[in-house]
Amino acid sequence: MAIGVKVLKRPDRNVSYVRATLKGLAITFRKMLEPKVTMQYPEEKSAPEPERGAWAISPRWRGTHRMLTDEQGRSKCVACGLCPQICPANCIKLVPGEDEHGNRYPLIYEIDEFRCVFCGYCQEVCPEEAIHVGVHYENAEYSRDRFVYDLERLSAQTHPVSTLWDPSDPKGE
Amino acid sequence: MTPELKGFLLVSVVKLLVVFTVTLVGVALLTLMERKVSAWMQYRLGPNRVGFGGLLQPAADGLKNIIKEETLPGTASGPLFMLAPAMAFIPALTLSSVIHWAAPLRIAFDFTLPLLGRFAYDALTPMAVADLPVGFLFVLAISSMGVYGIALAGWSSNNKYALLGGLRASAQMVSYEVAMGLSLVPVLLLTGNVALGEIIRVQQDNAIGFNWFVLPLFLSFFVFLISGFAETNRLPFDMPEAESELVAGYHTEYSAMKFSMFFIAEYANMVTVAAMVTTLFFGGWDIPFTRWDETPGVAQTLATGVVMFLKVFFWLFFFMWVRWTLPRFRYDQLMALGWRVLLPISLAYVMLIAIAIYLMENVLGLASGLARLAVLVAVNVVLGYVVFVSLDRGILISGSRGRRAAGGGLDRAA
Repeated sequence: MAIGVKVLKRPDRNVSYVRATLKGLAITFRKMLEPKVTMQYPEEKSAPEPERGAWAISPRWRGTHRMLTDEQGRSKCVACGLCPQICPANCIKLVPGEDEHGNRYPLIYEIDEFRCVFCGYCQEVCPEEAIHVGVHYENAEYSRDRFVYDLERLSAQTHPVSTLWDPSDPKGE
Repeated sequence: MTPELKGFLLVSVVKLLVVFTVTLVGVALLTLMERKVSAWMQYRLGPNRVGFGGLLQPAADGLKNIIKEETLPGTASGPLFMLAPAMAFIPALTLSSVIHWAAPLRIAFDFTLPLLGRFAYDALTPMAVADLPVGFLFVLAISSMGVYGIALAGWSSNNKYALLGGLRASAQMVSYEVAMGLSLVPVLLLTGNVALGEIIRVQQDNAIGFNWFVLPLFLSFFVFLISGFAETNRLPFDMPEAESELVAGYHTEYSAMKFSMFFIAEYANMVTVAAMVTTLFFGGWDIPFTRWDETPGVAQTLATGVVMFLKVFFWLFFFMWVRWTLPRFRYDQLMALGWRVLLPISLAYVMLIAIAIYLMENVLGLASGLARLAVLVAVNVVLGYVVFVSLDRGILISGSRGRRAAGGGLDRAA
């Protein structure tokens, strides 16, 4: 894709300052009357749905994590250890456990959202499609330790999960 | 005290309270207006959370500034540091007392109060706190006092940025004071008086009730307006606080209410300059094309008050409009504009207007106001063409590089 470069005519030495000023004043006055673009944040929010128009967030938005669960409400995670392995920020803490049927499950699964760089590798590497980054951006808390999300909290998240970028379909069509 | 003196004092105190209250509230609202106008020009909405449409924003800002901590830099010169905001603030507010805000009104009363005694007053009262016979000379004198506050603030802060800001402010205000004073001489030539009330009277006094000096003295108006921008340190001339170079200029070290006082002073100065432009060149409270407003009456006073408000409001808007249109001047461009452009223009203009008036009175013998107006307008069209079409080319915005290339210097030597 070619980059459109707009070459502006530079003011030369013989430009009249007063007339240039008047032209500028006309422009600013016209702009003043045009519609505004401010989003009234707490009342108006951007949302993942496409019908939000100008304020839609991309489906590829990578926000705070969400752990998906199976029909019985247990997390899909099998504690394979790939996500802490690939995590470049080293923010995932995983202690695996095994039940009487020999199924592996996470004893401890914690993500420090302060350390996280939201690269989405954990979602990409997960063989069970358990951990996901989410289309979500309102994460304020009153204390720092609230930003370490444990397994229960990760499973309780309800926001939509991120769609990872597909190299064979780069524009998401 | 005689009843008349008491009556005079009573009227004066009432006028004082009204004008200062209106000015201070107006200044507070101006800060909101500035933010709103700037927002609109940038496709934003501006403050709209506090109160209806953000109307209480100035109150919130004021409250915040009052309860904020006042800092005093350890190396600052304490007493001067404290004094400086007041020295900027007081002249700025003093100036609003000489402006005529509406048509004069006949006020008459005579009553007796217990303890205080009899009050008597009966006079055609100008709607200014003090109708000074020295008029705009007072404005020029007191507005120059404001520079002491700024220079002292910069010096007493013991901070290099503040000092540079203060220095720039004093140099800039002293320079533009010259052009500003000279640009008012033609007004004096036309009215023969410096009193503001008299200047307004002359501007409504001809057959069609419209003799605003902006037409016969357009170049004076132009020079006065530009000098007004420089005097109030507004963009494009806000060198003293150029934040990209000087952090915040002279008020770098100030916080809380002391900072607020500089802010209020700047806006009060804007009100004064807007009111002066209106008074000197746009007929003050005069309603154009009617002579109804010249006979005193309550309705006339109210109507002219509204008209005066609208005119001042327009010029205040113009200040903000220009601020969000033009980039800041470079310091040498600012000085060059003041000394090499505005000063010669206003000097030459004084001479030409004086010659024109002399010719009209003694050679052509024009007595009618309209004919004189027409002649002066014709003179201004010619001069305006010379200044805005022929002279105004590459004087201001040529960079130092372009000027060096044209005038010799470093580039040619290389």
